[in-house]
Amino acid sequence: MNKVVQREMIVPNIHLLCLSAPLIASKLRPGQFVIIRPDQTGERIPLTVADWDPHGGTVTCFFVQVGTSTAKLARLRPGDEVPTFVGPLGKPLEINQLERVVLVGGCYGIGSIYPVARAFKEAGSGVVVMIEAHSGFLLYWQDRLKGVSDELIISTGDGSVGQKGRSPSHLAQLLAQGRRVDLVVAMGCTFMMNAVSEATRPFGVRTIVGLNTVMVDGTGMCGACRVEVGGKTLFACVDGPNFDGHQVNWELLRARRQAYYQQETISAER
Amino acid sequence: MAKPSPYKTKMREQPPRERIRNFQEVPYGYSPDEAMVEAQRCLQCKKPSCIQGCPVEIDIPGFIGLIAQGDFAGAIRRLKEKNVLPAVCGRVCPQEEQCEKFCVLGKKMEPVAIGRLERFAADWEAAQGEPELPQRKPTTGKRIAVVGAGPAGLTVAGDLIQLGHEVTIFEALHEAGGVLVYGIPEFRLPKFIVAREVENLCRMGVKLVKNFVVGTAKTVDELLKEFDAVFLGTGAGLPWFMQIPGENLNGIYSANEYLTRVNLMKAYLFPQYDTPIQRGQRVATIGGGNVAMDSARTALRLGAEHSIVIYRRSRVEMPARDEEIHHAEEEGVEFQFLTNPVGYYGDGGGWVKEVECIRMRLGEPDSSGRRRPVPIEGSNFRIPVDTVVVSIGNSPNPLIPSTTPGLETGKHGNIITDELTGKTSKRGVFAGGDVATGAATVILAMGAGRRAARAIDEYVRTSRW
Ligand SMILES: Cc1cc2nc3c(=O)[nH]c(=O)nc-3n(C[C@H](O)[C@H](O)[C@H](O)COP(=O)(O)OP(=O)(O)OC[C@H]3O[C@@H](n4cnc5c(N)ncnc54)[C@H](O)[C@@H]3O)c2cc1C
Ligand SMILES: Cc1cc2nc3c(=O)[nH]c(=O)nc-3n(C[C@H](O)[C@H](O)[C@H](O)COP(=O)(O)OP(=O)(O)OC[C@H]3O[C@@H](n4cnc5c(N)ncnc54)[C@H](O)[C@@H]3O)c2cc1C
Ligand code: SF4
Ligand code: SF4
Ligand code: FES
Repeated sequence: MNKVVQREMIVPNIHLLCLSAPLIASKLRPGQFVIIRPDQTGERIPLTVADWDPHGGTVTCFFVQVGTSTAKLARLRPGDEVPTFVGPLGKPLEINQLERVVLVGGCYGIGSIYPVARAFKEAGSGVVVMIEAHSGFLLYWQDRLKGVSDELIISTGDGSVGQKGRSPSHLAQLLAQGRRVDLVVAMGCTFMMNAVSEATRPFGVRTIVGLNTVMVDGTGMCGACRVEVGGKTLFACVDGPNFDGHQVNWELLRARRQAYYQQETISAER
Repeated sequence: MAKPSPYKTKMREQPPRERIRNFQEVPYGYSPDEAMVEAQRCLQCKKPSCIQGCPVEIDIPGFIGLIAQGDFAGAIRRLKEKNVLPAVCGRVCPQEEQCEKFCVLGKKMEPVAIGRLERFAADWEAAQGEPELPQRKPTTGKRIAVVGAGPAGLTVAGDLIQLGHEVTIFEALHEAGGVLVYGIPEFRLPKFIVAREVENLCRMGVKLVKNFVVGTAKTVDELLKEFDAVFLGTGAGLPWFMQIPGENLNGIYSANEYLTRVNLMKAYLFPQYDTPIQRGQRVATIGGGNVAMDSARTALRLGAEHSIVIYRRSRVEMPARDEEIHHAEEEGVEFQFLTNPVGYYGDGGGWVKEVECIRMRLGEPDSSGRRRPVPIEGSNFRIPVDTVVVSIGNSPNPLIPSTTPGLETGKHGNIITDELTGKTSKRGVFAGGDVATGAATVILAMGAGRRAARAIDEYVRTSRW
């Protein structure tokens, strides 16, 4: 059993969740995820890690409250115990020293891009972080992100903070200006990651996306998470979840993520 | 002795029409009277040929003789000398291929119902309350890590704890039992039976660490620093797909996913449990093994109007147990023999709508001795479906081999072991069960576990490899 240390709605509908899990905290690397099951009747919910503390033994994630399972997570309180908290899962991102990487985060990805930025910074790379939200009040962790980047570019749909519009188009502008970018990593909703991949494609900039498919076990045992990358079927939980965004079959991915839409509605209305 | 009845004593079952609407176990098991009647059919052969068919060499006439005398406690004790999971094996062993195949009665009439009697003895014991625990030898202070809580790992743990070692099981999932909890459905093997056996192991002192993925949380090399030996019983859990067009459409599952959602995650109790499953009306299951039968029968219980098994050879070649095929037929599963899928068509919204198949004929025997199916050119046709369960096989998960230097694997990713001892190419590391053999049976996994336990005991005492 793992204890909840903190659970807090940090901006509307996005929660920070911090659990005590010393072993996992000592093993995590950027780009990996964990699976949490909130109670005995609950689903196994994959969440990307946003931070971990090997000394304090804690792991932090952000989640968007979308359906039944994330609603259960939103009811957790400090001191509660969850029956399943398993990880690290998935392949870590390859971190190396590059002249300039651009890291794009939206919704929960604003949090989960943070350890990626930190790792690239520590490796001596030039780090540009781009985050996006509909409006300024939906942004979080800007200070932390500033601390691990050379440049923080904020995009908001209503223009209340930073540039008006969305990160993918601002990234396209940046590339069109001829700025050198060696690598782009995007984390957040499927729409944004797809748009980022399309934005970088004409410029041939290597682009990695952290996919959030439907999963069950998260250990390569069921195939629920299968995605097509470069025409090959792969399992996101063990072969990924980070893949080359230019090779991902996005249409298939969107369809598979919607597979349980009807039943999720039943479950949510219960 | 009177001449035995030519037939096995019948076991009462839920009628097919009723049982396809629930997930309760199909056969009810013998009453004590029925068990004694059946036990009296055994000739108590001086040279019992049945035993050679049992991979763990149970003293079959011994335990059956005790049942015949009404000494059920004695019978279960005799069984447990060789088999730590009799309630499981009595239910799921392919007895017609194993012990019962060699029973002398089988030459002229039906063999003794060895499996049913084994199940009876185990269930009788469970009904008496907490079972007595076997004696533990004095502690040795040796520590053994068992990876995977399937039948192989549970057997190793049970044997080694009795020998006085300290045993810790690491299991990736949130329940122990391996395929027994995530694969084999409730209506064939009630999950409380597995839970009871696991609890007994814990009562004997086995430490069980769930939600722990070896390979990522800790590597085998890290375990070797804390433990004197490591046993890998991680099974063959990586599902195969056919790699044909349309296979990633929504509604197409691997059998592992379909069964895991239902069994481990309890999707059949949705929305009381949160994990959903597609309740298809026209479900096609691809394959002809036990896994396919379990999937097709599960589909009926989830409300399918048509549950269709598509198998590329004919009925006689089906690898599933006779009893399972028979139960499936009784329940109304439809069979398309000599048929193979070649692709899937979607409804335009990402969901599967039709499976295109081709008819097959049987050609020359292949390396397995079975006649090879050959497609009949131009015989393509389509079957309307809304759900497909691909059940064509599994191989071992590469996670551990890929994170363990020095561990040799074979063609399908199976860990290479010495069959008699379970020793791998890496000192201190043993393996057995499906991870070594590829997908096989519960009792073979247990047999491998037993042999490995013996070898591990010797290794940790002598340090000789
Ligand atoms: C490797 C991996 C990492 C992930 N990391 C995170 C993470 O760090 N934070 C996080 O919040 N989620 C993350 N997800 C997604 C998260 O697991 C799901 O959001 C969660 O399981 C939804 O469960 P639910 O029952 O609450 O919603 P459901 O009832 O399953 O979904 C309700 C509806 O919301 C839609 N939906 C689901 N997820 C999202 C989403 N993320 N954005 C927009 N719409 C969605 C679904 O399609 C569905 O229609 C990750 C997924 C994977 C596979
Ligand atoms: C649907 C189905 C029906 C079957 N029906 C029958 C039947 O009727 N009769 C019969 O005899 N056999 C049957 N079998 C086959 C039988 O179940 C298997 O041969 C047997 O379970 C193999 O046992 P095992 O201990 O080797 O592996 P498994 O039972 O597969 O257990 C392996 C365990 O290891 C865990 N694990 C894997 N990787 C890791 C890791 N890295 N870290 C930690 N834990 C890990 C897994 O989660 C799992 O719990 C069936 C199989 C299936 C799938
Ligand atoms: S364990 Fe299996 S093979 Fe052995 S006697 Fe029992 S049912 Fe037969
Ligand atoms: S071979 Fe058959 S009759 Fe003979 S001892 Fe075994 S079970 Fe009994
Ligand atoms: S989630 Fe089951 S294989 Fe990836």
